[in-house]
Amino acid sequence: MEQQLIELLMPASVEIFLLVMACFILIADLLLTKSGKIFTFYLVLFTLLGAAALSGFTHVNDHPICYNGMFVDDAMSDTLKLLSSVAVMMMLVYSRDYLMARGLFTGEFMVLVLFALLGMDVMISAHHFLSLYLGLELLSLSMYALVALQRDSAVATEAAMKYFVLGALASGLLLYGMSMLYGATGSLDLTTISHAIQNGVPNKSLLVFGLVFVVSGLAFKLGVVPFHMWVPDVYHGAPTAMTMFIGSAPKLAAFAFTARILVDGLQPLVKDWSGMLIILAVSSMALGNLAAIAQTNLKRMFAYSTISHMGFLLLGFIAGGIEGYGSSMFYVVVYVMMSLGAFGMIMLLSRAGFEADNLSDFKGLNQRSPWLAFMMLLLMFSMAGVPPTVGFYAKFSVLNAIVQAGYTPLAVISVMFSLIGAFYYLRIVKLMYFDTPETHEVIQVSPDTALVISLNGLGVLFLGLFPGGLMMVCAIAVKQSLLLH
Amino acid sequence: MSFISIVFYVFAALTVFAAVGVITSRNPVHAALFLVLAFCSASGIWMTLEAEFLAIVLILVYVGAVMVLFLFVVMMLDVNLIQLREGFWRWFPFGAGLAGLMVFEMVWVLGSRQTSDTVSAITHPANYSNTKELGRLIYTDYVYPFELAAVILLVAMVAAIALTLRRRAGVKSQNVADQVKVKAKDRIRIVKMAAESKDSVSN
Repeated sequence: MEQQLIELLMPASVEIFLLVMACFILIADLLLTKSGKIFTFYLVLFTLLGAAALSGFTHVNDHPICYNGMFVDDAMSDTLKLLSSVAVMMMLVYSRDYLMARGLFTGEFMVLVLFALLGMDVMISAHHFLSLYLGLELLSLSMYALVALQRDSAVATEAAMKYFVLGALASGLLLYGMSMLYGATGSLDLTTISHAIQNGVPNKSLLVFGLVFVVSGLAFKLGVVPFHMWVPDVYHGAPTAMTMFIGSAPKLAAFAFTARILVDGLQPLVKDWSGMLIILAVSSMALGNLAAIAQTNLKRMFAYSTISHMGFLLLGFIAGGIEGYGSSMFYVVVYVMMSLGAFGMIMLLSRAGFEADNLSDFKGLNQRSPWLAFMMLLLMFSMAGVPPTVGFYAKFSVLNAIVQAGYTPLAVISVMFSLIGAFYYLRIVKLMYFDTPETHEVIQVSPDTALVISLNGLGVLFLGLFPGGLMMVCAIAVKQSLLLH
Repeated sequence: MSFISIVFYVFAALTVFAAVGVITSRNPVHAALFLVLAFCSASGIWMTLEAEFLAIVLILVYVGAVMVLFLFVVMMLDVNLIQLREGFWRWFPFGAGLAGLMVFEMVWVLGSRQTSDTVSAITHPANYSNTKELGRLIYTDYVYPFELAAVILLVAMVAAIALTLRRRAGVKSQNVADQVKVKAKDRIRIVKMAAESKDSVSN
């Protein structure tokens, strides 16, 4: 009996571990004094390590879908859970000094981050509209609170307000769409929905209506045009540590969320949704890249850059097949890595009472710290897609997939917009290397942060030279997990 | 048209009317009361779907607890809604036009495809217990989402406390632990001093 129970709980071991540890830390943090907060930090890091290990070492079983179709434990979920734990860990290391200087280094912050990660993991291994939605809400609710945590900052409060209201609207759209799909197919389970659509449903227009709402909700959450309005304001207004958090690990969950709904559940409607995705992708790449040029605030610029990257991510979904979804997954993993590095750099240059989030703050960085400037150069090259960094390979594999799928004009358009986008990334490189610095203040970096940023920057270069391993992991994950027809 | 569909249309029209009232009424108390009406008519629709338990819970929880709390908040906080709603009527034609366009498109799409085959609702005998069935499902098939919902409530609690509990300077709050620990000698301080002479008092 006991053996059975353990076996039964095994697939969700990561989620259970995270939840137990989050509750434990919530209580343990009460008993710690202000100087003992660093202990909470280590406890959280230990939890993340444990979650990463659990998602990496649990075997893939023969029946990946369990708990009455609510949950799926397959290669893709394991890979993405492992990566999101690592991403959250990096985010915490980057932001520790930044948060301490602003008095935000509290137990609640770290517990909310853990709950957000739990929400991501639930989203990643959800196979039912109910669990997908609940995971999304768990993640969103934690993030609204994280953005609002800096109570004395009017900008942060405004950002949280906008995020909350638009997020609620997006959830409403998503729920409305789900309810229509339920009405059309009689089920909330993704596999059942897929079968029902294949066998033909009596009311096709209801189905397509539901699809439109679901795609709109997804677009809202991904932040693609025309549902992108919240992204720049939230990225700009939130404290940089939260911006980094929003811009990193949740994107992995958003990829899984989109893949599960569109590919596992609504694959028979691929003709309907790929048309919608083309519009979303092209308009995101256009608006994201063009608007980013005009920004002088780095966080705002990266927000528009995110919009364009998310548009690029959708291209892989349009292409379809193992190559398409695999390259999309590769792209999102690479994007998370670059985004962590870029926001990490902003936090490294920031001090108590000073945010290095303007373009001019990067002027002459090479003279102040050649190594950091070189890391930023690698990250910016990668974001722009300059070889030999990994950003080039990520863009290349997505483009390769869509050309093979027969969307050559789309590939040409996206290359064009990527070229436009290269301007504002390379402008940062120009500022760092060819301009004179405004201050000569010494940049203080704690050794562990320096190690992480170096690993991050060199990783971008290394993966660009040897992308095969990660690409294979993504391809295998997609092949073993998604229901491909 | 059967009786049940007449009931449905009446409740549906009432819900839409109330929802419009929520966003257009100038008085926030009226808006809250319109929302109560919307909840009540929505629960009527659920009743026609034989979801008695959910219909009653909607009234009890939303009307009974949430809306009453809403009304309290609206009445207690003196929010200047005129200021908040500035620009509402200026943008109203734009928003209404957009909404009208969307309704037109939806009607157009739905109207162009004639789908007459509808699925009839499943009916149950009179002794069928909706509540029992719901309870059975929640704790068996749906136990995973049920637990997740509990976690979401926990996060809401943590977030609410983290956002509102903060120590500001100049706030006079009670410290219960100190109050309990207090001893008699902390309350009264007996000062010994030499008796003063009459002369010094009269001076």
